[in-house]
Amino acid sequence: MADASYPEGLLYHPEHDWAQIDGDVATFGITWFAQDALGEVVFFEAPAVGSTVTAGEPYTEVESVKAVSDVIAPLSGEVVEVNEALGDTPEAVNEDPYGAGWMVKVRLSDPAEKDALLDRDAYVATLS
Amino acid sequence: MSSYISTTPDDLREMLAAIGVGSIDELFAGIPEGVRLDGGLDLPAGLPEQDVYAHLLELARKNVSAEDEVTFLGAGMYDHYVPALIDMLMSRSEFLTPYTPYQPEISQGGLQVMFEYQTAMTELTGLPVSNASVYEGPSAVAAAGYLAKLANGKGRFVVSAGLHPHSAQTLRTLAVGYGIEVVDVPLKDGVTDPQAWAAAIDEDTSAVFFQNPNFLGAVEDAKALADAAKNSPAVVVGQYDPITLGILAPPGECGVDVAVGEGQALGNRLDFGGPSFGFFCATEAYLRRMPGRIAGETKDVDGRRGFVLTLQTREQHIRREKATSNICTSQALNALGGVVYLSWLGRQGIVELGELLLQRTHYARTTLAAVDGVSTLHDQPVVREFALDLDVDGLAGVERVVSRCCAAGYNPGYPLGRDEGGHPTGLLVALTEQRTREQVDRLAEVLAEAVAAERATATTSTEVPA
Repeated sequence: MADASYPEGLLYHPEHDWAQIDGDVATFGITWFAQDALGEVVFFEAPAVGSTVTAGEPYTEVESVKAVSDVIAPLSGEVVEVNEALGDTPEAVNEDPYGAGWMVKVRLSDPAEKDALLDRDAYVATLS
Repeated sequence: MSSYISTTPDDLREMLAAIGVGSIDELFAGIPEGVRLDGGLDLPAGLPEQDVYAHLLELARKNVSAEDEVTFLGAGMYDHYVPALIDMLMSRSEFLTPYTPYQPEISQGGLQVMFEYQTAMTELTGLPVSNASVYEGPSAVAAAGYLAKLANGKGRFVVSAGLHPHSAQTLRTLAVGYGIEVVDVPLKDGVTDPQAWAAAIDEDTSAVFFQNPNFLGAVEDAKALADAAKNSPAVVVGQYDPITLGILAPPGECGVDVAVGEGQALGNRLDFGGPSFGFFCATEAYLRRMPGRIAGETKDVDGRRGFVLTLQTREQHIRREKATSNICTSQALNALGGVVYLSWLGRQGIVELGELLLQRTHYARTTLAAVDGVSTLHDQPVVREFALDLDVDGLAGVERVVSRCCAAGYNPGYPLGRDEGGHPTGLLVALTEQRTREQVDRLAEVLAEAVAAERATATTSTEVPA
């Protein structure tokens, strides 16, 4: 399992999700803290490409040995890509939560929502 | 003897005072007088314990069990021989008494039973995953419907008329709750009409349901039925009689996604209709959407073999609002009977039992259809059960024939007219290995007399001059 880390340059949602915005598309995932709290992730239920996600609302579930948890969308938009590889290797969420463990890419419907998200330091402060 | 539950006037006063009212009338003042009970209940006086016992005994003696008559009654529950070994193991207190036999780390034996049961069921069905059982057959069918709805979100169930009426009703009830439309496909010559079946399946079909052998005992072309759903999103659900799986092609080889059914025939007594267990097996794709629980094999920290409940995270007690079913228990004790029975019978035994049932069913059908006034309802290949048509006046006529046969000590079967849409003059006859050739021959005589007597009465009554 990866060491605790919260990269600079990502935007964070207080429900332990991250977003990386690239133009009008953002990549979503869960933070190191979230995967650590869940424990070994054994299943990722991919949402359908084309479905709509709403900031602050759950868009999918991850299942660990201990629990099934909702994953909250940090921003709103339409799912344009899902990380199909997680179907076979859900443990990538534990091993590389900001890289191979990414979950979906979303075309943002309201980019201004990013102002409500936290930067690295603000998010880390919520964890203590 | 005094009233069993005693509340003294002082008790009453104290209780009323505690809640701040002065009398019973005041307590019920909120209920309009017109709907309040005026005076006592019309109940007989109390009886001494010995008299109650005698009365209950008298009532119990009115029951006729499968041991009191020669029974050809089936329609879902069957009079198979239950070896003494099963009672011996099922009545061991380790299995019989635990309230939650599945608590991990506590009951390794209970978990191992579930694991062995699941293994046996996956071998029998040819499907890779089995849960640790559900209540009974019909709720297994309904749970398969819910699984399909969760899996593809489509809005329609396609249901063969060959599905057991109880399963169809349970499924229909569930469908109402989820706003799912149910499309019925009729039988043709005793089996699911292939054209109507294919025509009913479309892009919005969530699941298709058939039974094999179907409710009329006919062997369906399961592969063809499953193939018809191949290009749709539909989950293919087959209800099976596990006893026939020694000789029928396993559901897993026919393209069935979910095989469900009633497990009573495997080592469980009739017990006047229950309890029994339902089995639920599926392809790997539906593993996480299966209802109930699954026991898995693992290793402890010292590398020793152990058993745990797995995929627990989906269970109702953890995530009620997102549970994949409302089934929060398994029928562990009854499923134990099932796995002990399968172990007792063995790999070859289940094949031989199936072959024996096949032969006896066909012998019985030929013998009974030769009775005057009796014919077969269809001519499909049958196993364990078959449908006859009696030349009598509707369901009432069939019921009278059944009563006459029962009076002679032979229960000839289940009147199909009892179910909505069922053939009014149909009689469903079931065989187990307990029914001998001699009993079949004797049933033919008893049935011949009963049908002749019924037809004579009917003739007499119609000939009464106006």
